Amino acid sequence: MLGRLTLAAIPFNEPIPLITSLVVILIVLAVLGTVTVKGWWPYLWREWITSVDHKRIGVMYVFLGLIMLLRGFADAIMMRTQQAIAIGGAQGYLPPDHYDQIFSAHGTIMIFFVAMPLIFGMMNFVVPLQLGVRDVAFPALNSVAFWLTASGALLINLSLFVGNFARTGWWNYPPLSELAFSPDVGVDYYLWSLQVSGVGTLLGGINMVTTILKLRCPGMSYFRMPVFCWTSLAASMLIVAAFPILTATFVMLLLDRYVGMHFFTIDAGGNQMMYVNLFWIWGHPEVYILILPAFGVYSEVVATFSSKPIFGYRSMVLATLAICILSFMVWLHHFFTMGAGADVNAFFGIMSSIIAVPTGVKVFNWLFTMYGGSIRFTTPVLFTLGFMVTFVIGGMTGVLLAVPPVDFVVHNTVFLVAHFHNVIIGGVVFGMFAAYNYWFPKAFGFTLHDGWGKASFWCWLIGFYLAFVPLYVLGLWGMARRLQHVDDPSWRPMLLVAELGAFVIFAGILCQVAQLYVSIRTREQRRDLTGDPWDGRTLEWATSSPPPPYNFAVMPEVETLDAFAEMKRTGQTAAPRPQEAIELPRNVPVGIVTAFFATFAGFGAIWHIWWLVILTLIGVGITASAFGWSEHREDEISADELARREDARLSTGNPA
Amino acid sequence: MNSGTASRSARQKPRDPRGWRVFHGLVPAIALLLASCRQAGITDPRGPVASAEWLLMINATEIMLVVVVPVILAILGFAWWFRSSNDRANRDPHWAYEGSVEFVTWSIPALVVILLGGVTWLSAHQLDPRAPLASNVKPLQIDVVSLDWKWLFIYPDQRVATVNELIIPAGTPVSFQLTSATVMNSFFVPQLGSQIYAMTGMTTHLNLLADKPGDYPGLATNFNGDGFSDMRFVVTAVAAGDFDGWVAKVRSAGGALDDPAYGQLTKPSSAVPPVTYRSVDPNLFERIVDQTALNPDKARAGNAWCPPATAAAGG
Repeated sequence: MLGRLTLAAIPFNEPIPLITSLVVILIVLAVLGTVTVKGWWPYLWREWITSVDHKRIGVMYVFLGLIMLLRGFADAIMMRTQQAIAIGGAQGYLPPDHYDQIFSAHGTIMIFFVAMPLIFGMMNFVVPLQLGVRDVAFPALNSVAFWLTASGALLINLSLFVGNFARTGWWNYPPLSELAFSPDVGVDYYLWSLQVSGVGTLLGGINMVTTILKLRCPGMSYFRMPVFCWTSLAASMLIVAAFPILTATFVMLLLDRYVGMHFFTIDAGGNQMMYVNLFWIWGHPEVYILILPAFGVYSEVVATFSSKPIFGYRSMVLATLAICILSFMVWLHHFFTMGAGADVNAFFGIMSSIIAVPTGVKVFNWLFTMYGGSIRFTTPVLFTLGFMVTFVIGGMTGVLLAVPPVDFVVHNTVFLVAHFHNVIIGGVVFGMFAAYNYWFPKAFGFTLHDGWGKASFWCWLIGFYLAFVPLYVLGLWGMARRLQHVDDPSWRPMLLVAELGAFVIFAGILCQVAQLYVSIRTREQRRDLTGDPWDGRTLEWATSSPPPPYNFAVMPEVETLDAFAEMKRTGQTAAPRPQEAIELPRNVPVGIVTAFFATFAGFGAIWHIWWLVILTLIGVGITASAFGWSEHREDEISADELARREDARLSTGNPA
Repeated sequence: MNSGTASRSARQKPRDPRGWRVFHGLVPAIALLLASCRQAGITDPRGPVASAEWLLMINATEIMLVVVVPVILAILGFAWWFRSSNDRANRDPHWAYEGSVEFVTWSIPALVVILLGGVTWLSAHQLDPRAPLASNVKPLQIDVVSLDWKWLFIYPDQRVATVNELIIPAGTPVSFQLTSATVMNSFFVPQLGSQIYAMTGMTTHLNLLADKPGDYPGLATNFNGDGFSDMRFVVTAVAAGDFDGWVAKVRSAGGALDDPAYGQLTKPSSAVPPVTYRSVDPNLFERIVDQTALNPDKARAGNAWCPPATAAAGG
């Protein structure tokens, strides 16, 4: 009846996961209880859970990413603390069995459930506004995509309470991840949570590509799109091209594990390196899926706060597309040490360093955007400058790793760990924090507290260097990654500094919590009544903060790049009176219902509860069919009604 | 890169004495940290491969620093000079394109990459792990097998074997061939140079040489399960003349690595102390690669049932 699920799956004898589980369950119950007592369910259901508004979905994506950031960061602190004490014979406080789950979960969560939701959230919220349109191409699909991502996040966190997580690292390389070496449900949690969220990611990518290619306001030609739209387009095309590879690879591994096939097993003709190749054919583009939208954010922030157009716009677009294509030609640099021939290694090494060219061009263009500008040092600008300096260093160590013989001596050491945290924290995370501070007033109608924002920036920057410069050094000294304990006592000072760095980053996170709290408390003083708090240049600042559900009562007409800056220059910011009716997509519960079934399908598959899988898959089919046959998916707002609503909004001091 | 408050406090005089006290407290802490920065790992190469790779790393870093340092200074300098409160900065709020500047911004990284690309091509060939090392001395053949969670070293010509202890003659090239009897791993002796994967059913090749006698830590770098952290071993390079003596000593003591002993060895165990075996089947490595060491039945069945997955990925 319950497949492999028994009471033994609950970690009664392991205090750390048990106590964590109880605390998390209590917090969740408290939140649910508060919502119930206060009677907020109807509001949440109507306005958020079933919402197909791209802005609401974007906000929920970001919220999911930030919550998961706390989970992933808790893992990070636990790992750093373990390595800071388990030195020279000491075993620390985490046995290998637990430590191995933590580093696997840290990587998986940070990539798939922090970085991906954050970039999807930003793209969802910003792209339609920047394109001057009312929604994405497939609003209901957008909701399905988000809720499937949330479903994957739920499954991966469930492994904390019921069963265990993979002990294979976030790549989940076979043969270690095969049934012979990982017989428990850990790997199945990994695979099914990523399969479920992977479908969501693919749907989201298709939606974003279609939106950018097909929905743009009048006059918004490709070469008038803001750089962020270009990088979102490039990242979304990479998603559409790369994620099916990951899904197919995982299907093969699942077939190995569930029906005894031999794609990647060590016997009967399986080939483990096939998985490694396929994983990184997805994995390298994934790196650019994450970093390209961040590059777009920096481009917007630098231009806005320098009060200048971006320097070398066409170069930026060209560089973005070059990165997009090149990112598919470098995957082998993740395993030069496989022993492929010198020609193969040299080819992939050179291709990898070629990516540094368009990336370098971008850095120079941001630099020259500042030149001759008038720079306002807000929190987003600090994150951008911190990124530029940090990312140049990370790029340098990246090009080092692209030289095969150099890679031979630092591959799989903590030097590599330092490198990719250098580019992911210094690149993606700083970019998302810049975006969060930059677009928060657009989403909620009031600005974030700048002092706390700057404090969080300095903590993150200093904490990053304290945490990862020691890892560069330790990598050169020959410290492998993923060690549960180390033997060399002379590594202790470096590991202690790294631990200190993790706590400085923690202080940065606390500053961000304080920033949010203080900003909400003082929101009346920090209301953005203009819709344009930063003297912005692109169309999202042409509507009110927060924008109405339809974004623009009348679609803007665009004649140049930096359309809103041009409108302000020529004094054409006043929106004309609406003359035409508009259609708005109706809110539908198709997303949450699909994700509800998908969660149970994943859970059933993990625990081999096949009747549950069959029932829930039927549920998914019925949900999709019911939505597919539904007639009334849009509500029409007549021109008069629209004008009335606009007047009401304008009279409350909220000019569009 | 600050918003002005820091610059004002920096210009305040006299300096805050408390700040200095903190500074004096920091000095010993930094000194302690620097004292721990001794030569180790790949920064202390003890063989031609490791030396060439360390030199390559330093050279490649220097080539890039020529660009990276000015760029970082320019980022900080431009940002500071063009701050909105600086009255002396010349503003040009419409400057968004300049052909010559664009040409330079594409050229600089392109030139660096062309230079590094040449370095990459040459070094990837010169330092190819399977390329034999130039030497007058005949290479010593060693077969390496990754197990859960220990390393098995087979000396096929000497017909002896060791676990978690690798004795090599200094000055003699060592030609390794590697595989795994379990999940994938990576074999690495930082002070001697390149690491290489050990993979089930496949053979990889690696050539290393220790210049001088000494002890060099070796490790597994590819995570392979609970015993991973203890998969360490020491490479002891002995004077060339002492190697035969060591072989003779190993042959005279310890057990034989026959099939039952090997079967015992494949059982998972961690933090295994070094062991030597006085004799070993010189074909054991090949039998591990084609997975017949533990299943003689498979050998009798031939390869007909099994597609050529055993073909070496690494040559």
